[in-house]
Amino acid sequence: MFEVVAFYLFAFLTIAMFTVTVITKNALYALSSLAAGMIFISAFFFLLGAEFLGAVQIVVYTGAVMALYAFGMMFFDSINDVQESVANPRLTFMLTGIVALLVVAIFVAPIIGANATAHYPIHEAYGNTQDIGLVLFTKYLVPFEVAAVMLLVAMIGGIILAGKKMDISITQLSEHEIDNHKTDTEIEKDIK
Amino acid sequence: MESYLYIALFAPLVGSLFATLFGNSPKKLFVGVVTSALLAVSLIASLNLLMHVYLTETIVHVRMLDWIVIGNVDIPFGFVVDQVSVVMMVVVTIVSTMVHIHSIGYMDHDKSFNRFFAWLSAFVFSMMILVMSDNFAGLFIGWEGVGLCSWGLIGFWYHKEDIKRSKNLEESPFSTLSPYSSPSPSWAANEAFIMNRVADLGMLIGMFLIFWNIGSLQYDAVFAKIGTLDHGLIVAIAAFLFIGAMGKSAQFPFNTWLANAMEGPTPVSALIHAATMVTAGVYLVIRANEIFTVVPEVGYFIACLGAFVAMGAASMALVATNMKKIIAFSTLSQLGYMFVAAGLGAYWVALFHLATHAFFKSVLFLGAGNVMHATNDEINIKKMGGLAKHMPQTALIMTIASVALAGIFPLAGFFSKDLILEVAFGTHAYILWAVLWITAGLTAFYSFRLVMYVFYGKENFDHAKVHPHETYPFVIAAMTPLAILAIIAGWFEHQFVEMVTKVLPPLDIHVSSGTFYTLIAVTTAIALGGIAFAVLKFKKDGTYYSEKMKNRLCYKILANQYYIPHFWEAVVSKPYGKLSSFSWKELDLRLVDAIVDGIAKGIYGGGEAGTAMQSGNLSKSLKWMGIGILILVILVVAFGNLK
Amino acid sequence: MSVTLNDYLILSTLIFMIGMYGALRRKNLLMLFFSTEIMLNAVNIGMAAISKFHGDLTGQMFAFFIIAIAASEVAIGLGLLVLWFKRNNNINLDSLQSMKG
Repeated sequence: MFEVVAFYLFAFLTIAMFTVTVITKNALYALSSLAAGMIFISAFFFLLGAEFLGAVQIVVYTGAVMALYAFGMMFFDSINDVQESVANPRLTFMLTGIVALLVVAIFVAPIIGANATAHYPIHEAYGNTQDIGLVLFTKYLVPFEVAAVMLLVAMIGGIILAGKKMDISITQLSEHEIDNHKTDTEIEKDIK
Repeated sequence: MESYLYIALFAPLVGSLFATLFGNSPKKLFVGVVTSALLAVSLIASLNLLMHVYLTETIVHVRMLDWIVIGNVDIPFGFVVDQVSVVMMVVVTIVSTMVHIHSIGYMDHDKSFNRFFAWLSAFVFSMMILVMSDNFAGLFIGWEGVGLCSWGLIGFWYHKEDIKRSKNLEESPFSTLSPYSSPSPSWAANEAFIMNRVADLGMLIGMFLIFWNIGSLQYDAVFAKIGTLDHGLIVAIAAFLFIGAMGKSAQFPFNTWLANAMEGPTPVSALIHAATMVTAGVYLVIRANEIFTVVPEVGYFIACLGAFVAMGAASMALVATNMKKIIAFSTLSQLGYMFVAAGLGAYWVALFHLATHAFFKSVLFLGAGNVMHATNDEINIKKMGGLAKHMPQTALIMTIASVALAGIFPLAGFFSKDLILEVAFGTHAYILWAVLWITAGLTAFYSFRLVMYVFYGKENFDHAKVHPHETYPFVIAAMTPLAILAIIAGWFEHQFVEMVTKVLPPLDIHVSSGTFYTLIAVTTAIALGGIAFAVLKFKKDGTYYSEKMKNRLCYKILANQYYIPHFWEAVVSKPYGKLSSFSWKELDLRLVDAIVDGIAKGIYGGGEAGTAMQSGNLSKSLKWMGIGILILVILVVAFGNLK
Repeated sequence: MSVTLNDYLILSTLIFMIGMYGALRRKNLLMLFFSTEIMLNAVNIGMAAISKFHGDLTGQMFAFFIIAIAASEVAIGLGLLVLWFKRNNNINLDSLQSMKG
């Protein structure tokens, strides 16, 4: 009973938040509603008994990703409303509407798969975290390590892309050179 | 003997190919000499074959190559030299050789000298295929070949412009009184070719009927089995084959092309329109005599048509002043005679007249060529006159030929023409006999009218521009054998009959000797009467028709060739032209072209519209992705097995 | 009445469609990123739901890795976006177009 109520409540909230995200013209509103939507999605995960996933969702998505977006917003002109000119709004609406309808129609049909056997069955006895840990570090170890490397690469990439004076290594310069060194913007002014 | 066959057949082809190499070069004398020499070689081979066939009474039959061998169809390239074909071969090669040598002199100022000999030798080759073939398909190949070469030769001076039509008898291209033989050489060439093609459709239908019912096109196979067919079918076959013959031999209603073909150079008229191509129709009837003897009603129709044409052509020649047209009409008339003979069953008589006619008519044309060459291509006989003292040899030869044409003893025409009249009388076709008898008188009259106007009397040509002179001696030397043959050919009638009746049916009529000599006397009388009238009236008046006569309707009708060319133009050419124009503008341009262009435009348009997909705009690409997803989902819903 | 798998999947679909609508309609690159995040999350919900209803952990593992990848994607994406903004001074999608359609 509670489950049904919770499901519908969170479903309504999530959809409302995400709708705001895609419709609003104010960039800050979009950011805020996106963050809220993320939180409500983690509520779903908790409802589904995937506690670890729900926690990870809050920490990674709402925390890290939203923070990244917030920092990114500082670069852009966020006070003014977003200028957008859409060629054919009706077409887009119709397109998504029809696809939504059809996919829902597909999913209304009862799911076949009664004979599917679970590869990695859920053990109710352990908690969800322990269960995931067991599978993650045994069967999914290689993807786990690869994902770690990928995250490292992404981090370094992000730094290089956004950083200034990335071709110079400050630790290898002497005091005198650090003082006399010109910044990027000064070099650009010289060229002009 | 077979090597002689191949030499006779292919020597003209070698000559033609040799001349073609120089087709676009300026005149080279050796081209004419080489082609004439090769034709002389062919002539010698043909004479050898004649001796062989006559003396040993065997025929030479070769199957050179397989042509179409599929399933039940077996049509080879085969050639047969029997008594009939060897006569044709000798006639063709003699006349061709003399015409070639004459052309060296006649065409000596023409810049397309080499091309002329290429076409001429190609024509002889096609004619040899026609007469030597042993099946209907080979005959048809030669048939079409001579049609093509005739087109090339009639339209030899294709760069001449069309003459406008006019009501004035002196200027209209369809009038026999004007200096034009036809609207233009290319017009005449096209008319000849197209008319022949239309008639060839009849011949093809006849051939199809033969093949369908008998299963072979070989002469021996066809003639052996023709009697087994249904009578109506044989009538149809004979009628259709004769339609083809009508086209080639210019019988009514396919007759207008022959007079218009005088646009070509005169040696062409001598070879093609006197001796060889127009006689191909007669040859066909003679060769297929076994078909025609089974259906005498068709033969009788052929004879009646022949007599009608003979009389009609002779009447048109009475008033004409275009010299070549007069001779062309006389050819048409004599072809009518040949068809009368063939139609009444006297096939060897037709063949005999074919041979003698070839000799005197070709030399008549060659002489006319000499006259034209001497008078700067003048063609109106009233603008000549008194040329006998300037060109005595030509005058003599043409007079001999005209006498032979009139049928006076002992020249060749007497033997062949009188035989035809005797056949007509003996088969109780008295009306045909009467028609032919009157025509004989008319023939004599207009032939000598021509001779008088051209060679005797006052000199009517422009003395400042025209200096008539006799032609080269070698040209006269080339014409002489033909003239001699025109004199003596009739004396070999007995040997001819003896040889040819081995394959052709012999004459089966019985005329008592009293009637026989009366007929000869009567015929000779009217011929002499015609000549006398022509000569005496000319000497008295200098002209034949008074001014009052010239304004009469019958004169105008004759001068306009019975308005047949006008009829063809109004009923066939113009409506067909309109139909073609309509088909081109409406059907072809609007429908067919529009569809093809429309497809191309559609593809182009689609491509150009499709470039919008590749705009590089991320938003648009995402939209296209969305549309793709939509399509996939639709497919899943439609074809996935959702319960 | 309880919540079945179908309900979760329909929910996932709806959220995915909202994300797709945003991706198609938005011309601001940042908004486009937001829409992408929405779509990824919708898929995560679906994965977790299937995992729960079939008693299999595979769905949750997949969702886990999707989260990891989404995070790194955001990092790089924002870095590139910053560079583009420095060059062009606006982040309108139409200015990203260099081909002439």
